[in-house]
Parts: sequence; structure tokens; C-alpha cells
Amino acid sequence: MPMVNIAGKEVEVDEEGYLVDLSQWNEDIAKYMAVEEKVDLTDSHWEVVNFLREYYAEYQIAPAVRVLTKAIGKKLGPEKGNNKYLYELFPYGPAKQACKIAGLPKPTGCI
Amino acid sequence: MSDMDEMDDGSGIVKKFMFLNRKAPHGTVYALEGLEVVLITAAFDQDVSMVFTDDGVYQLMKGIDTKGIEVKDFSKTYRALEGYDIEKLYVDQVSLDARGLTEDDLIVDVTVLSNDEMANLMAEQDVVISF
Repeated sequence: MPMVNIAGKEVEVDEEGYLVDLSQWNEDIAKYMAVEEKVDLTDSHWEVVNFLREYYAEYQIAPAVRVLTKAIGKKLGPEKGNNKYLYELFPYGPAKQACKIAGLPKPTGCI
Repeated sequence: MSDMDEMDDGSGIVKKFMFLNRKAPHGTVYALEGLEVVLITAAFDQDVSMVFTDDGVYQLMKGIDTKGIEVKDFSKTYRALEGYDIEKLYVDQVSLDARGLTEDDLIVDVTVLSNDEMANLMAEQDVVISF
């Protein structure tokens, strides 16, 4: 699988650019992935990225977008737990793009 | 992410799907593959139930530690099923008894069924898929 050099460290990514070894993740990698995805990381983006990392730590999977939306609504409030808000942050799909930035695998149920 | 989440094919037909888990969590890929299929099926708004029977009951055991065999411990993922609206989890009483387990040994809330109850539940299904 391809290797990329991020902030002086060699990391392995899969064919679609997702980080292979979750434990290598750090903020530099998140920023690199965000540039790849053409996402300008703000505090609102970080909130979702950190939420995903917590979700993964608890359940060992990356959630489907429907599940992510619902869980964010529960934790951060309905004004954030909706498609409009999440797609504004991650236009090419909140689950897909935010998971990549968070260093998680592609969500299960992603067709 | 799945575009299917947003799509409505208009048919609105809901079938009863049962996923039958019979094998121990590790050593074969059946348990993990079965779980992934269930998570994907959840996107299609069907009536899904999961059954754990025979060595399949070990999939739900608390305190699984896979470090020694160097594979991912996906037992925590069963706790995510609720968020996917998959809340019908059934365990076979005979299988628990045979392994000296009780509901308290399991990582999620389940309904424990007798052989007769399990047979009735299976008879109600449109589709039964065994892993």
C-alpha cells in the first residue's frame, strides 16, 4: 500500500488515502488529510473529528452517516445533529471525509 | 458513507431478516463478516433480528481480550447496534446453559429464548441468513 510522508514521518495509507494504522494518528496527519480533502479545518470540524475518534474508541467502528448524525445530535445538540450542518462542514460526505481526517477506516456500510 | 441512506426506492417493503450467528468470534471470519453485513443491512430499514446460538454466544461475552491472537476485538461493536436501530438481539438458553453462561456475562442486553420460542421466531422470518 502507498506510503506518504507527513511532517517528516512515513505513514501508510490505503488506495483511497485512509490511514492504515490508527495508532499513528496525530494532528499533523489530520491536517494533511484535510488538505487532501480540500477541507479548511475550523473548531467546528475538529469537534466532529474528535467526536468520531471517541465513537471509534468506544465501538471500534466508524459509524454510517445516519448513525453519526443521530449521535452528534444527542451529544452536541440538534443544531449540529443534522445533514445540513454536517454537509456544510464536509461537503463530500461527513462520514467519509471526517473519518479520513480522524484517521479512521472508511465507515462500514459505505457503498 | 452510503448514498443509500438518503435514497427512497418508493417500494417501502419491509421484510423480516434474521441473522443467525453460530460460531465463536475468532478463528474464522464468520462472526465479523456477519456483524458487518448486519450493519450494512441497517441502512435499508428492514426488520432485522440477530440470534446468537451454539458457540455464537461467545461473540457477546464481556471481557474479550484479543491481544494474544493479534486480531481486532470487535465485541464492543455489538454495543453500537442500538445506534443503528438494531435492537432485537436473541440468545438461545440452551447454548448459554451448555457453556455455563448467563445474561450477566454478555456485553449487550438480549432476550433469552427457549428452543420452542426460537423455533417460532425463525418460522416468522422472510429471510434467515446463517453465519
